[in-house]
Amino acid sequence: MSRKEKKPTDPGTTGHSWDGIEELNNPLPRWWLWTFYATIIWGIGYTILYPAWPLITGATPGLLGYSSRQEVRAEIADVSAANAAIDARLMATDLAGVAKDPALQRYATAGGGALFKTYCAQCHGSGAAGNVGYPNLLDDDWLWGGTLADINTTIAHGVRWDQDPDTRYSQMPAFGDILTKPEITQVVEYVRALSGQENDAALADKGKVVFGDNCAACHGEKGKGNQSLGAPNLTDPIWLYGGDRKTLTATVEKARYGIMPAWSSRLDPSQIRQLAIYVHQLGGGQ
Amino acid sequence: MSVEQNTGGGLYAPQEPIFPRRVKGTFRNLKWWIMGVTLMIYYLAPWIRWDRGAHMPDQAILIDLAHRRFFFFMIEIWPHEFYFIAGLLIMAGIGLFLFTSALGRVWCGYTCPQTVWTDLFVLVERWIEGDRNARVRLWRAKWDARKWRLRLTKWLVWLLIAVATGGAWVFYFADAPTLFHDLFTGQAAFVAYGAIAVLTGTTFVFGGFMREQVCIYMCPWPRIQAAMMDEETLTVTYRDHRGEPRGKKHENTTGDCIDCMACVNVCPMGIDIRDGQQLECITCALCIDACDDVMTRIGKPRGLIDYCTLSDQERERQGGAPRPAWRHIFRVRTMIYTAIWGGIGVFLIAALFLRPEIDISVAPVRSPLYVTMSDGSIRNAYEVRLRNKRNEPRVFHLSITAADPLRISLEGTAQLHVTVPPDQTFEQRVYVTARPGSPATEKAQTDVRFWVEDLTSRDRAYTDSVFHGRAR
Repeated sequence: MSRKEKKPTDPGTTGHSWDGIEELNNPLPRWWLWTFYATIIWGIGYTILYPAWPLITGATPGLLGYSSRQEVRAEIADVSAANAAIDARLMATDLAGVAKDPALQRYATAGGGALFKTYCAQCHGSGAAGNVGYPNLLDDDWLWGGTLADINTTIAHGVRWDQDPDTRYSQMPAFGDILTKPEITQVVEYVRALSGQENDAALADKGKVVFGDNCAACHGEKGKGNQSLGAPNLTDPIWLYGGDRKTLTATVEKARYGIMPAWSSRLDPSQIRQLAIYVHQLGGGQ
Repeated sequence: MSVEQNTGGGLYAPQEPIFPRRVKGTFRNLKWWIMGVTLMIYYLAPWIRWDRGAHMPDQAILIDLAHRRFFFFMIEIWPHEFYFIAGLLIMAGIGLFLFTSALGRVWCGYTCPQTVWTDLFVLVERWIEGDRNARVRLWRAKWDARKWRLRLTKWLVWLLIAVATGGAWVFYFADAPTLFHDLFTGQAAFVAYGAIAVLTGTTFVFGGFMREQVCIYMCPWPRIQAAMMDEETLTVTYRDHRGEPRGKKHENTTGDCIDCMACVNVCPMGIDIRDGQQLECITCALCIDACDDVMTRIGKPRGLIDYCTLSDQERERQGGAPRPAWRHIFRVRTMIYTAIWGGIGVFLIAALFLRPEIDISVAPVRSPLYVTMSDGSIRNAYEVRLRNKRNEPRVFHLSITAADPLRISLEGTAQLHVTVPPDQTFEQRVYVTARPGSPATEKAQTDVRFWVEDLTSRDRAYTDSVFHGRAR
């Protein structure tokens, strides 16, 4: 072997010269070139095998028939299959007993949380704090009852959901047609007195009579409400539509008719149980 | 301008085959030792057992991705303690700076896996195909039965080493004996087989065929070297003032270099160290051994190729004496690196001993900020995470301290304590309630301190959060 003629620091030039600036020739290793060609071949193969080229509608499907949606579907099916055993256990355990089984409780809470975000959050809010007309599920005030069984029934059959014969049903009359304007003003003042809000005592006194004649049948003599009728408790500071004079007057005059779908037609019993358990453990469950 | 004017002989260069000759000497011995020790650590470390009790794995070194734990003998690292790993990586980086500024590319030359495995592969090559000259002859020979036999034997042994290398890697991530059994019975996870396949491939190709190409074209480290090395860095150097003009012994030249090419023939990177410092040189020092051997035989002083600094080189050229090695190693730059490196190390060790075995973190529920209860009280919810870092279940008591009277309660239990399983994080929703009319109900924020206490060991920890009232 003879000594290299070129020094490593003097690799020669490519012959390109601009304004006296020459381009050194440090040749790329040949394998690098082959690697580059290999990636091109790989790329062509990929676009043949997998969905790739955009067309007017959609893209070329690829020979392997791969689709990410299909993959997700398969993954969901796998997870459902893996959950089959604990699902069966959830259905075999009575609702009140679930809390005694930490694994089951954890499963139901996690599953219910995901379902809640999908089906319930639109009205009740992602944090379940509700909205005007949509009950807050975090507090201890329940229209139709806050036990696990009550919540489960409400979710399964809905509220005022005509298609379900077992739905929660009650209807407050629109008192605008029944009571006179002064009577409505009086009963509104009385309702404000019931909930400890600022009120006109003289009007409220008269309103008490109106209340006794017209409202007490459902809301109770003392305005404490009745969960079997879905009649709200009027003595606490929690209002579904609002406790100010204007809102109360509107409620009395025109009544309210909140609707919740019966989820038994869309969710399976295990999912409804998971939701009930999730809602129950949000802080208001009884 | 067109490519036809190219004078440099092509835009692409084929890989020139390199046949490193066998060499004996101090640095070769050192390299054998380092190879033995590092390979032994790599292959055997996952098999070391370490008893941690019933609830925890008994593997001394384990990266448990499924449970998000890293075990290293008596140390257990949780995901939230990732700063230990980050700290170690920073130390590794600074350590590399330190060694490079003091001793040049010693990492490349002695301990880099690419170097170690290539060394091992070359050793196998030599055992099967013979030393340099035999290998050159074989390379030039036609593909007859003998060449096929030797080549296939070599590739097979390489492949076995590669499989063992890829195989050892996965044992760091799962219980080694169980995984070993599962691998052979086909029950191991696909990712285990996949990792073995990929690492087998890279080991086989990088160690057997790519070799110096990895260092020259793939690795970024040689490019960073320049910033790390200076004229005081000890590195493999040819004393050209002593060696030149070179020539065969009988040619009656004055230089010590007899141009025997021993240094070139042993070089695993295929370079000539006499051209000076170059990017390709990994400073494996084998040329020093080769040259010293020749110098001894021809009765000249050793050290024509030697660990030397650029500044000493200059001094020697002027007829001066080189400074002692320790003065090159202990200088401001390396001291600063050592100080940073040591500082981080001391901090990590201190943090390791000071970290608590109980931990609490509190995330206030912000949707909604507060809930009005039917009696008019205001309630906030908090997602509390409790960590029990001991290997036994522990009962943790939760409490709060705040300027205003607030009441704490737990979801799902009437009590204020929870049992946290061994070596786990436990999530518990906690409610804090302000009575109707109390100041906290009307204030925008009230400071709250959450305490968690192990009532038996009196171990406790706290974290601060806020209580949101009605005001905005």
